[in-house]
Amino acid sequence: MNAAVLQPVQEILAQKIQVKNLNFYYGGFHALKDINLQIPERRVTAFIGPSGCGKSTLLRTFNRMYALYPKQEARGEILIDGEDILSPRQDLNRLRAKVGMVFQKPTPFPMSIHDNIAFGVRLYESLSAREMEERVEWALRKAALWEEVKDKLKQSGTSLSGGQQQRLCIARGIAVKPEVLLLDEPASALDPISTGRIEELVHELKNDYTIVIVTHNMQQAARVSDYTAYMYLGEMMEFGVTDEVFIKPKKKETEDYITGRFG
Amino acid sequence: MGLYSRRLWINRFNLAVSLLTMLIGLFWLGWILLTLFDAGFKALGPALFFTMTPPPGSSGGLSNAIAGSVIMAAMGTLIGTPIGMMAGIYLAEFGGRGWLAPVTRFINDILLSAPSIVVGLFVYEVYVIHTRHFSAWAGTMALALIVIPVVIRTTENMLRLVPDSLREAAAALGAPQWKVITLVTVRAAKAGIVTGILLAVARISGETAPLLFTALNNQFWSLDMNQPMANLPVVIFQFAMSPYENWQHLAWAGALLITMGVLVLNILARVFFRNKSPTY
Repeated sequence: MNAAVLQPVQEILAQKIQVKNLNFYYGGFHALKDINLQIPERRVTAFIGPSGCGKSTLLRTFNRMYALYPKQEARGEILIDGEDILSPRQDLNRLRAKVGMVFQKPTPFPMSIHDNIAFGVRLYESLSAREMEERVEWALRKAALWEEVKDKLKQSGTSLSGGQQQRLCIARGIAVKPEVLLLDEPASALDPISTGRIEELVHELKNDYTIVIVTHNMQQAARVSDYTAYMYLGEMMEFGVTDEVFIKPKKKETEDYITGRFG
Repeated sequence: MGLYSRRLWINRFNLAVSLLTMLIGLFWLGWILLTLFDAGFKALGPALFFTMTPPPGSSGGLSNAIAGSVIMAAMGTLIGTPIGMMAGIYLAEFGGRGWLAPVTRFINDILLSAPSIVVGLFVYEVYVIHTRHFSAWAGTMALALIVIPVVIRTTENMLRLVPDSLREAAAALGAPQWKVITLVTVRAAKAGIVTGILLAVARISGETAPLLFTALNNQFWSLDMNQPMANLPVVIFQFAMSPYENWQHLAWAGALLITMGVLVLNILARVFFRNKSPTY
């Protein structure tokens, strides 16, 4: 990463997600203001900033999660592989197959561990029981959970510990073979050991996926991400290579936040 | 008196009052149950289940009334549950916008607290009068009408307890809304919904008023849904007010049966779903 420190982002990698002049509204509240951003492929990008700055809101536009709620509206362009996902013609289910998401609190479905993973896969593929077993094992191995649950796949997903549940949710997201993985404070409800596991996992997964992670934890952003975006009051204050943002931020506000003088 | 000892005494006083009110409640419940057992056991025996309601003076049981009650309660539940569940799902999952859901919810609340005799009279007016005879179908309809609002209410409440994060998680995988609802949210609320259905069953198994105008009663064994059908509540109502001692005993036994039935339903609900409801 050190070699990349002083190079501009755009020259290094293909851009997976391009955000152009994005504005977001919760009813009358203007939550995101003219966001412009390019998220590189197969890298980890972290969104940091104080509570309410819009980092989760921005993340939730990438799979149009906000569309579940009638009063929320996004204007502008978000291109994923060059395709504008905010266009009304965009098939939401296809988009979400391509862009997986893991939430702050673990959300295992009320079904067995096996079925938790098979749930998403069944939406897109009709696999034989044998193939499904292989897929479940593959996803659980990817999420570093296989060894812990291989003997109890029939047990309820809710019977696992918090950290295991979160890895189950990651496995569930990976199982449908997305290209982008959105992580919304995936470790904030977990203990330090489980958090460490999740961070290791993020490190490994970036070889195959474009990962965007929202976090409140500055050290976590510094540890896991290649690129960091600092947001404040709905605006993109600074975006760049993580080491650069953390060691030599361009803006005073970013420095104040990172050093803990504010936020 | 210091602050802490005052708090201590206020605490003791309130605790004592709570205990007292609990004891008052339990006392009446205990008395009712004791009387029920004492009086009901006299007529309890195999004959109760295998012989039919007797004419005055001769001995008999309640077999036709038991069968009738079971049939009508089961049919009423079978008809009312799907309607109530679907309406409840609509209110909880789609009721966020528009005027239809609040209006439905309001009307449902009225139905929920409407006296059951009104339901009986309604079915009498719209069905019994036109067919010109009492029938088990009419009774079933009246019971279903009582089941529906109970199931609507519990289904909606239980679905609302399911956190939105679970719906989002399923939607985030690309699941269409109907799959999110049927495979995830309803499943997460299953224990609560089933408990609500059982409560509805418990409620209708003791309802007299709606059956009085609809299924009426039948001295004989009949499984014909187009004929009047015997049922426990109406038999209890008639027999308890009669001057014949063995009828009165049978009425008590019927009351005991209903109570035990409801008790068993409640226990089953608790045993089945004690550990099944997921925690978030």
